[in-house]
Amino acid sequence: MKLSGSEIIIECLKKEGVEFIFGYPGGAVLHIYDALFKSKNIKHVLVRHEQGATHAADGYARACGKPGVVLVTSGPGITNCVTGLATAHMDSIPMIIISGQVSRQYVGSDAFQEADATGITRPVTKHNFLIDSRESIAEVFKKAFTIATTGRPGPVLIDIPKDLTDPSVKIPFDYPKKVNIRSYNPAKNDSKEKIDQAAEIICNARRPMIYTGGGVILGKAHIQLQKLVKKLGYPITSTLMGLGGYPCSDSQFLGMLGMHGTYEANMAMHDCDVLLAIGARFDDRVTGDTSKFCPSAKIIHIDVDPSSISKIIEVDLSLVGETSKILRTLNNSIDLYKKNIKTNSIKKWWGKINKWKATKCLSYKKSNKIIKPQSVIEKLYEITKGNAYVTSDVGQHQMWVAQYYKFDKPNRWINSGGLGTMGFGLPAAMGVQLAYPKSEVVCVTGEASILMCIQELATCLQYRLPIKIINLNNRYMGMVRQWQEFFYEGRYAMSYMEAIPDFTQLANSFGHVGIKIEKPSELESKMKEALSIKNRLVFVDVITDQKENVYPMIKSGQAHNEMHLSPTNKDTELA
Amino acid sequence: MTEKRHIISLLVENEFGSLSRIAGLFSARGYNIHCLNVAPTNDESISRMTLVTLCNDQKINKLMKQLDKLVDVVNVKDLTEETHIEREMLLVKLKCKKNQRDEVKRLTDIFRARIIDVTDTTYTIELTGATEKILAFINSFGQIKIIEMVRSGTLGISRGIESLEVNK
Repeated sequence: MKLSGSEIIIECLKKEGVEFIFGYPGGAVLHIYDALFKSKNIKHVLVRHEQGATHAADGYARACGKPGVVLVTSGPGITNCVTGLATAHMDSIPMIIISGQVSRQYVGSDAFQEADATGITRPVTKHNFLIDSRESIAEVFKKAFTIATTGRPGPVLIDIPKDLTDPSVKIPFDYPKKVNIRSYNPAKNDSKEKIDQAAEIICNARRPMIYTGGGVILGKAHIQLQKLVKKLGYPITSTLMGLGGYPCSDSQFLGMLGMHGTYEANMAMHDCDVLLAIGARFDDRVTGDTSKFCPSAKIIHIDVDPSSISKIIEVDLSLVGETSKILRTLNNSIDLYKKNIKTNSIKKWWGKINKWKATKCLSYKKSNKIIKPQSVIEKLYEITKGNAYVTSDVGQHQMWVAQYYKFDKPNRWINSGGLGTMGFGLPAAMGVQLAYPKSEVVCVTGEASILMCIQELATCLQYRLPIKIINLNNRYMGMVRQWQEFFYEGRYAMSYMEAIPDFTQLANSFGHVGIKIEKPSELESKMKEALSIKNRLVFVDVITDQKENVYPMIKSGQAHNEMHLSPTNKDTELA
Repeated sequence: MTEKRHIISLLVENEFGSLSRIAGLFSARGYNIHCLNVAPTNDESISRMTLVTLCNDQKINKLMKQLDKLVDVVNVKDLTEETHIEREMLLVKLKCKKNQRDEVKRLTDIFRARIIDVTDTTYTIELTGATEKILAFINSFGQIKIIEMVRSGTLGISRGIESLEVNK
């Protein structure tokens, strides 16, 4: 079979089982778009800004586990992707970005729409390629998919000069089934002996704690994790990225940990004597002051990436390998040492934890005059019965979802944890909705974040994506305002959102339904109404309390036991 | 923790962007590169890189893992962890008046260097050795003026049968 470069690209994507391409055409990729036009199997989703394409592909990948694919043109096409690549890179999301490049004869001449794509994206991709011959296209694609989806996943960019996609030059095509990359060898699973050693330490703990992260979800290790936690009867907490890896509504789950984690999770972290970290990377928002992190604990770390081990916190024992495989072996090892479990100590430990739980750190002052943002999330949880896929942007609303929406399943909570990208929520929801057209997909956002990628409302209309947008509208960049209140004596520099559009009209003008909710009394009925509209996008603009803050809070650089609780917890109020 | 000099030896795919990927890792993660040398090997698909950096023990461990993680890196080793040989090459051009020529010739002999080019006013000298020897030679010139000099940066290789292999 003889194919042109463009046809080869499309064939490669088909062989990889790609369903969707998120993209935006332009000069350097027109040959590829022409080949795509003639092909029927792959659906192309036309976004309205390349950043939207990257977040949509990212959301798709986070929800269904398959790599998201992006196709953009050279120059501004690829530079607009940088934020989306960095977002996916920080959270280890598998993605393939195909960017057009100017023809080889013009590379380096400052040609129209020329940008050094591989140079610009090198620090924000797992790897990238500049294709230099037609003959290497198929092999590079195989390599790119292999690298993106194995080991610690990540985005991989393929930059392809326009002349190599010329439809008039055809060469034989053969897609390799497997490709050997001698310089790329994801870490092998650690030995059973080491895992046994870990099992022994875990079973001898008096005040154990399990701390899990996004690695559990990416590594599809949630079932093994649940087995482990049930077998041990130990308390478990999760990072923002790990929510859903273990059912949040289960009694052994202490809630999220870290800067806005629960009192019980953070106190248990601080007091534990054995910490089992699984697929988590000891991010600064989780550890706080690293010198006071889990001061009396022996730390065991399970991770797929050897470079994550002892990167921030020195650990006592590391188990490198695929999380699900390591956990499966660990579950077997635990059976050998289970008799050592110090039942009495564990009982006492739970007693202590339950006292912390009694603080009810997530309680907040209810109101019948003004809508409390927390109540919106609680209501959303109630109405969707915890079954929705929820995406978010970044800020207070993101934290409130993490705190009040109890994810019981993995891949349901889609947010930019590492990079903290405002503008992520709406395009990510498009990717999720395309992956699961029949499921409920909700984008919880704020009036500042949503405006960063608002143009994607047009994409949502074109593809009839019935996303529900819940806009917590407090007329402030809420998290910025909160920090200014706490740390800048209430000088609210540039955090007040003046000139906010009328979101219901804005939604209408894009062809969607807009609903505004202003009173607590109408919250439930209007939310129900919005969520009952199954075939259209509904933009729910909820006017919320301007001054509400996210509690509990650990200030940057403080320890887990130095939490600030909400003013409703009067006795312990520190802020 | 005290900083130590580490000689890192890398085998990298002889591909577009490899050097910039490695250099980028150093700047992105806040490491210094004291000197760097890169050239092809007997296997034309692979380049060998020798890099010297100052690091404490904790930082060097992290750096080695990060380098190993790069897709282009075929293998990497910290030579300072084992017995090794290191060499550097110096080319130096000296401004040499008539009455200084004997002195320069003498120094060249003492250091076992070689004069490789001569004009009425200049001597160009080649010297190979460990870094300390190169520095001692440079410091021995006294009043004699250096017009220009160029150093290869450190090259290193393990002693004995040990080697940096292509198959990790």
